[in-house]
Amino acid sequence: MGEFSFPYFYNYPPYFTLQPMKDTRDKQIQLWKELILKYCKHHKLFLIDLEEEFALFENTSIQRKLTFEAREQFLSALIADGRAEWLDKNHRKCLILWRRIEDWADSLLNFVRENGIELMTLEEIISGDETYGTELAGLDRGVLVRAVKILEQRGKAAMFKGSSTDDDGVKFSPN
Amino acid sequence: MEACARVLQLVQLTASGRPRLESGEVECQLLDGIDLEEDSGKWALKSGILSLTTHRLLWLDERLMKASAVPLGSIGQVYASKKSLKSMFSTPRLKFQVWTQKDGRVSSQGQDGAAGSIVLSILFKGRTGPDSFVQRFGEVVKAQAWKVNMAPQIRSSLDESVPAGEAGPSSGTANIPRRPPPTKINPAMAGVSGILRKEQEQQEEVDKNMKEAFQDLNGLMSKAKEMVQLAEKMRARLLQGQSAGTDEEGMGTKQEMQDWMLSVGIASPVTKESAGALYHQQLSRQLADFVKDPVQRAGGMLALIDAYCLFNRARGTELISPEDLLTACTVWATIDVPFRLRKFDSGVMVIQSVSQSDEEVFMRLTALVKSGEAAKMGIGATEAARALGMAPALAKEQLLAAESRGILCRDDGADGLRFFHNFFMDISITTLQEGS
Repeated sequence: MGEFSFPYFYNYPPYFTLQPMKDTRDKQIQLWKELILKYCKHHKLFLIDLEEEFALFENTSIQRKLTFEAREQFLSALIADGRAEWLDKNHRKCLILWRRIEDWADSLLNFVRENGIELMTLEEIISGDETYGTELAGLDRGVLVRAVKILEQRGKAAMFKGSSTDDDGVKFSPN
Repeated sequence: MEACARVLQLVQLTASGRPRLESGEVECQLLDGIDLEEDSGKWALKSGILSLTTHRLLWLDERLMKASAVPLGSIGQVYASKKSLKSMFSTPRLKFQVWTQKDGRVSSQGQDGAAGSIVLSILFKGRTGPDSFVQRFGEVVKAQAWKVNMAPQIRSSLDESVPAGEAGPSSGTANIPRRPPPTKINPAMAGVSGILRKEQEQQEEVDKNMKEAFQDLNGLMSKAKEMVQLAEKMRARLLQGQSAGTDEEGMGTKQEMQDWMLSVGIASPVTKESAGALYHQQLSRQLADFVKDPVQRAGGMLALIDAYCLFNRARGTELISPEDLLTACTVWATIDVPFRLRKFDSGVMVIQSVSQSDEEVFMRLTALVKSGEAAKMGIGATEAARALGMAPALAKEQLLAAESRGILCRDDGADGLRFFHNFFMDISITTLQEGS
């Protein structure tokens, strides 16, 4: 994983102040949405908790960080775009979908087809030897479950319960 | 108009259309809806503003921005209006005799240099009737303030605008600077030492009043009335009562005093008393003349509060209320003056020169935020104030205005509110790629 390259305006203090002017703020929100997605993709991050520090939201070199209100606005904008979801009622934990669930489902199906795999536990997909080095490694469990459900609807896979949650698995149809 | 121009004196107007008064001349009353007619019917001036000053009778046409004058010195007999049944229903009028010279112009020397006379009528068609005017007219003519002082510089500049023949012998006196004005000697007041002592006593009293007045605010409040009375007395004395000063020194200090009074202020403030219904309109014009210099000095924009303080200081005694000032500024929208009242989003109100365009200010701000340190650090109100030559509070308003136009963006950091070039608008958004 290489160093993430921040855009040049990441070092401009106004980037970290929520702009009161609508046109300017719209542009600012747009730029933040892009940056959040890129950053999360680069670091394979799926969750942003508003109550915890998140490295992207603070630039220590210019001593600026986003206010709670600003972070909430940027995440809400992502949610409006369908690129994020609140995971709790209080709107504190946010799932970042830098890749759509459908795309994950396609990706998973391609992987098992190419490797001739018919049976895998969720755990194996997330951190097994087979997926090591592929884009599937490190996938969020919640996202994975939803991707599998999409495949189930298409009749391409079936989920089965193991003796423990670790043993929950997926059976893929051969065609 | 032509016929009357050959008879009446031409009056110069200020940029906003107020008559340029002579030194020591004070406006006494303003009336609107006035016709001025020559009785033989040769000419008539219709529905203008009549201004009675201590020196002249001025007739103003606000639309054409023209004014004519009859010097009070040329007025001979004033005919009392006949009280008849008929006069109750016709327009009230005031007739008076005016001495003229050989060339038919009004004679400022009065009867002495006159070759003939004409009769003029003032017709009162406005809301205000003639009664108070007639009384005032009589008083002013009797006071003969025009005889008291004719400041050389203004007198001579006025002479340029009137034909040499009219100016006559007075142009000779105008060339001698600081000539003591003609005075009437009152035997009862004679005696140099007596005058000096009296002057000194007065000065001590003034000193005492000033000291006490400025001790604290309460002191000032309790002294306010006395101060006003004192200032009024001084002005009145300067304008009329020259009887006390036959010695050169006394005249010198008086002249100085008067120069000083003129320099700090407006010799003839427009007052509710003198202008009546025309008050706000005339005040508005006077204010426009007055704020020209302060606004220029303040970089094209002056906070209304500052204007209020400066204006009232200049007026000296006839103070105006904040509401009157605000109304006067609002009237600008309806008359042709180079200023306007501007209200910022924050509610701050300023007087802005029409020539100062927002674009120009924004251009300067844009240049400022792109140069040197400011590009990295941004600019605060202080830096903007220095660059624009205006007060920080107003500079901040300009910054906010520039922000609302999308020219600047803000940084609300530890150093307070600072403004940067709006780089957001420079970046073209690449639409989020699907699935990336």
